[in-house]
Amino acid sequence: MTCLHLLLTLVFAVSLGTPVEIQRPRGVPLTKKQFYEESKPFTCLDGSRTIPFDRVNDDYCDCKDGSDEPGTAACPNGSFHCTNAGYRPMFIPSSRINDGICDCCDTTDEYNSGAKCENTCKELGRKEREVLQKMAEITKEGFLLKQQLIEEAKKGQQEKQSKVTDMQENKKQLDEKVEALRTVKETAEQPEKEAKERHLKAWEEQKAAIRLEKDKAKMAETFLELDDNEDGFVSVSELQSHAELDPDADGTLTEIEAQGLMGGAEQVDTSTFESVWPKIKDKYHSEVSREEADISLCLCVVQAQPTIKTPEKTHEDEEAMPPYDADTQALIDAAQKARDDFEEAEKALREMDDQIRNIEKELSFDFGPDAEFTYLYSQCYELTTSEYIYRLCPFNRVSQKPKYGGSETNLGTWGSWSGPENNKYLLMKYEQGTGCWQGPNRSTTVKLTCGKETVVTSTSEPSRCEYLMEFTTPAVCQEPANIDPSPHDHVEL
Amino acid sequence: MGLLSVFFVCLFFSSAFAVDRGNFKTCDQSAFCKRQRAFKPGQSPYRALLETLELSDSRLTLQLINDNNKVHLLLELYRLQGNMTRVKINELKPLKPRFEVPDVLIAEPPTEPLSVLSKDDNGVVLSLGAESQRLIVSARPFRLDIMEGPEVLLSLNSRGLLAFEHLRLRKDTNKEEDGLWEETFKSHTDTKPNGPTSISLDFSLPGVEHVYGIPEHADDLKLKTTDGGDPYRLYNLDVFQYELYNPMALYGSIPVMLAHNTQRTMGIFWLNAAETWVDISSNTAGKTVFGKMLDFVQGSSEKPQTDVRWISESGIIDVFIMLGPKPSDVFSQYASLTGTQSFPPLASLGYHQCRWNYNDQEDVKSVDQGFDQHDIPYDFIWLDIEHADGKRYFTWDPHKFSQPKEMLQGLMDKKRKMVAIVDPHIKVDSGYKIHNEITSKDFYVKNKDGGNYEGWCWPGNSGYPDFTNPEMRAWWASMFAYDQYEGSMENLFTWNDMNEPSVFNGPEVTMHKDALHGKWEHRDIHNMYGLYVQMATAEGQIQRSGGAERPFVLTRAFFAGSQRFGAVWTGDNAAEWDHLKISIPMCLSLGLVGVSFCGADVGGFFKNPSTELLVRWYQTGAYQPFFRAHAHLDTTRREPWLFGPENTALIREAVRQRYALLPYWYQLFFQAYRTGMPVMRPLWVDYPKDTATFTIDDEFLIGSDLLVHPVTEEGSRGVTAYLPGAGEVWYDVHTFQKHNGAQNLYIPVTLSSIPVFQRGGSIIPRKDRVRRSSACMENDPYTLYVALSPKKFAEGKLYIDDGHSFNYDTKKEFIHRSLTFANNALTSRYLY
Repeated sequence: MTCLHLLLTLVFAVSLGTPVEIQRPRGVPLTKKQFYEESKPFTCLDGSRTIPFDRVNDDYCDCKDGSDEPGTAACPNGSFHCTNAGYRPMFIPSSRINDGICDCCDTTDEYNSGAKCENTCKELGRKEREVLQKMAEITKEGFLLKQQLIEEAKKGQQEKQSKVTDMQENKKQLDEKVEALRTVKETAEQPEKEAKERHLKAWEEQKAAIRLEKDKAKMAETFLELDDNEDGFVSVSELQSHAELDPDADGTLTEIEAQGLMGGAEQVDTSTFESVWPKIKDKYHSEVSREEADISLCLCVVQAQPTIKTPEKTHEDEEAMPPYDADTQALIDAAQKARDDFEEAEKALREMDDQIRNIEKELSFDFGPDAEFTYLYSQCYELTTSEYIYRLCPFNRVSQKPKYGGSETNLGTWGSWSGPENNKYLLMKYEQGTGCWQGPNRSTTVKLTCGKETVVTSTSEPSRCEYLMEFTTPAVCQEPANIDPSPHDHVEL
Repeated sequence: MGLLSVFFVCLFFSSAFAVDRGNFKTCDQSAFCKRQRAFKPGQSPYRALLETLELSDSRLTLQLINDNNKVHLLLELYRLQGNMTRVKINELKPLKPRFEVPDVLIAEPPTEPLSVLSKDDNGVVLSLGAESQRLIVSARPFRLDIMEGPEVLLSLNSRGLLAFEHLRLRKDTNKEEDGLWEETFKSHTDTKPNGPTSISLDFSLPGVEHVYGIPEHADDLKLKTTDGGDPYRLYNLDVFQYELYNPMALYGSIPVMLAHNTQRTMGIFWLNAAETWVDISSNTAGKTVFGKMLDFVQGSSEKPQTDVRWISESGIIDVFIMLGPKPSDVFSQYASLTGTQSFPPLASLGYHQCRWNYNDQEDVKSVDQGFDQHDIPYDFIWLDIEHADGKRYFTWDPHKFSQPKEMLQGLMDKKRKMVAIVDPHIKVDSGYKIHNEITSKDFYVKNKDGGNYEGWCWPGNSGYPDFTNPEMRAWWASMFAYDQYEGSMENLFTWNDMNEPSVFNGPEVTMHKDALHGKWEHRDIHNMYGLYVQMATAEGQIQRSGGAERPFVLTRAFFAGSQRFGAVWTGDNAAEWDHLKISIPMCLSLGLVGVSFCGADVGGFFKNPSTELLVRWYQTGAYQPFFRAHAHLDTTRREPWLFGPENTALIREAVRQRYALLPYWYQLFFQAYRTGMPVMRPLWVDYPKDTATFTIDDEFLIGSDLLVHPVTEEGSRGVTAYLPGAGEVWYDVHTFQKHNGAQNLYIPVTLSSIPVFQRGGSIIPRKDRVRRSSACMENDPYTLYVALSPKKFAEGKLYIDDGHSFNYDTKKEFIHRSLTFANNALTSRYLY
């Protein structure tokens, strides 16, 4: 410390008033009284130095550990003891001595600051005792409730366990039933299928016959139309009047082309027309509707043919399939019943599977060492604040919904117990809620405290998108200590 | 709210954690800058008409003519008291008056007589005061040279870049050049009813290689040359997630540049509040040290020279040339023009705890208790925009802050204080008293068509009060009266944010230039809007106490003269190591041009700092003038005790060091208030002849006696600090170890290290009993730390007053003593 001659530390101003003498130096707790004997030099409690006793509480720091100034603010690391008779004694940092702010309820920290402090220890003690008493009552009742919860949970758990066992047994039977019904169904469906196919085939044949009939009629009609001179023959020239039949699509039906269509003959009678008909029937325009066709063609040209509706062959003349005959219908009805029976059984099996899974899932949750949190499962608890309705569904999710309309926001889904190592059941963590802009996904910590009621008492968002919910439940109430919780035991006089 | 958030997504989402440069103009995108920059150095078209010279006692006038267009300008020259020269150039007969900046100068600067030494056809030689200084006016081409003895100190228009766009009628414009009468940037069209009005002038500084100042830029302390890039831009803008090390404009503008060499320090104050660009070039830039050495050895070196060119969009040329010669002379010269740093309440030099946002009264209370539980001192807790009822400033959220007085009383019981934000954008809402009164008094800024100007900001659709109107400012000030500002108490202070002004849907996120403030365009006054907001707010705080109490107002936007109204911070920085580093040159640059009360958001505003960065930032911030932690709404909580006991202890220690030094800080702020000397300063200010100090901006001085080299590198194991002063000694303030001056000292560091040194020869007053707030320490004893010089001598100052009122001024209630240690004895003597 050679630099010490160069660097002088001087107290420049103000010396505080001399402390008033009491039995032990100001700010010393009873337990340390023995180290402060007025008749002897004082040794710093860390043993670093010994100083004359009149330098204790002289408002100048001599000891590195601050022990020479228990009653002044001189040492940066000192602490001051307030007795606080009627309430709890405490230590405050010595920087709070005479800073004008009342810290000790017995006012002893402000002995020279001019601060007007009132002794509030008795009042505080009374309030504390009340609070402690109330808390003790709550804990006691809560603990009783917890016992019931444990009881119920255990019972429920057993019930569920045996229910699962029963259901698994039932499920086996159901499995068998489903398999049996599947066989019945398949057996009934085979004849049904065959009968349906038969029916359909007969209908197809019937339809073909009708179509042939119609074609013949049309052919006869066409023959009559073409036979302009009604001589019982259709001649080449008569055919030529139907330019649409032009095979090379150059716009005119030449004599040779017409003759070609007629198989080289000059004219054909009704029976030879049968061989001409297949070549022309697709192109032929009936004379009855020709005028209309021309007009519509014009329109189409004008409209740059946006929507030409190709005249599709309408089967208006083909009637609907006739109903199944009685035998077929009977087979169908039998098969349908077998199908319904099978599906019903299968559905019942699925439902049972779901139930078993749900119960197993529930049983797999960590509901606490004594399953005391079981009762919270599949329940929801709400808290309404000025702006939002918060909803906690334990072991499921936390959400928030604006009070005056708007969509729900997920504040996190069940993650894990996340309390301190000695009791992880004091905090629940819900994670992976809706994402925040430029931020993390929302998450919620639920803090559990002992209470008679199961209720959400407060929510807050201490940090952006990280919510904190306070929740009371008897399930965390600890067994009350046997000793009388009287604070008097600790009061130092 | 829905609309607003949609808007934000559009505006900001694409630019995650980097400025969207496309939102802001380059010189090429700003028509007048592009036009002016197209002029290259050469023969000036301007000629001085010597026959028009008129000289009254202290005012010289002379007409200039532009030989290209025959437009006449009027040059006015003044010799100002305190070794300054003022040069004004305006049109001789403008079509209508051009804007001249009011309210920035504290008074019409007192002049000294000028006399003509000689005059001929080529020019005039004037004598400047009693010095051997002369001002030479050359006629053809026009230029001005300021000389001392045989040396040219500074020349104007020596490169021929004087360009004064005279007012004209649109019909007289020959060709419709782009951007003369209208200009579009992105979707915004600026109608320019006055056409082109820009001005430009060049300054040459022979013998100067180092120029500083013209904040605010996120750049090094020493200004760079701008050849090949954009000029430094001065245009107050709300820049979202600004980038470092570039000349882009930021929240504030102070058009003052300092030029320094080993012989002299000078300053150029360009008094213009319009958008301004500053080009810097140097004939030595790019030369290597070896190259310079070679020049020197061969004697072939041309003299180093820095050339500067200022370009502004409107107004007149009004330049103050501060001739030093010492750095302290330039500070007092500038202070004599625009005033000094306001003397802050002592508590505001303590630690400030801020966050966007403390959620509610309960939150405020628990944070307050957290500081006591962890034994960390603090003086102010801050509330951001969420505290108000729907961002209606001067109100409180009825659910979260239903009992503001109860909350403030709780803080007062602990001798602590609060700051609540009051921004200048006012929600357009007929149920809002402030809006209704402004509307009925017709105090809003007008759009080009004469209706109230409206834009989007935090509350949604908002109006912007016309703070350039003195009646508006008086009314605004009256709103801080306790019976007007409901829920306010004497320990509630104010923060003016978004006062560039920020307009989310405006051009470059600010106000349209063709908006109207009375008869002036927003174009003319833009850079001083923020100054007026803080001026009116500070006045309100003074008035509410009947003139008894000092105000405390923090502002984000600022201009020359803003130092008179409170504190400034460097805006929305980020939790990154480079942002911690840049806080030093940013505050040093501000200190050089009058604004001493500067700080950066401790921890970084955007993003989450690593624990190490947070600790290092506290350690740095504890040694910067304005010491406030702040954090964005989307960051995780970062109160000092949330990072484990070791880090809590490190932060506690940094804050305690700050509190112990409060008497020294307070004394320095008193000196700054009295003299204009910066509180936080670059080393060259105190060691002006030591060239090694000229570019240092990773360490700094607090006053003359403390040297701080904060650790700003991640994982640092040591720093190299330069200790200046040959023959001087420095003491490590933690170990009292002595080190010689004029050396680079390697200091090994741990996470707890804050390298700080006290100058041998100084006496620093401290209060070593650190308590939970500065007011709690009021009656505590002072401890003097006397660090002797090699000659066993030391001196210092001590200043004491009540810490909060104007009684030091009105009733002269203070103790101000000089302390001397000599011949093994400490003595003190009265100072006025």
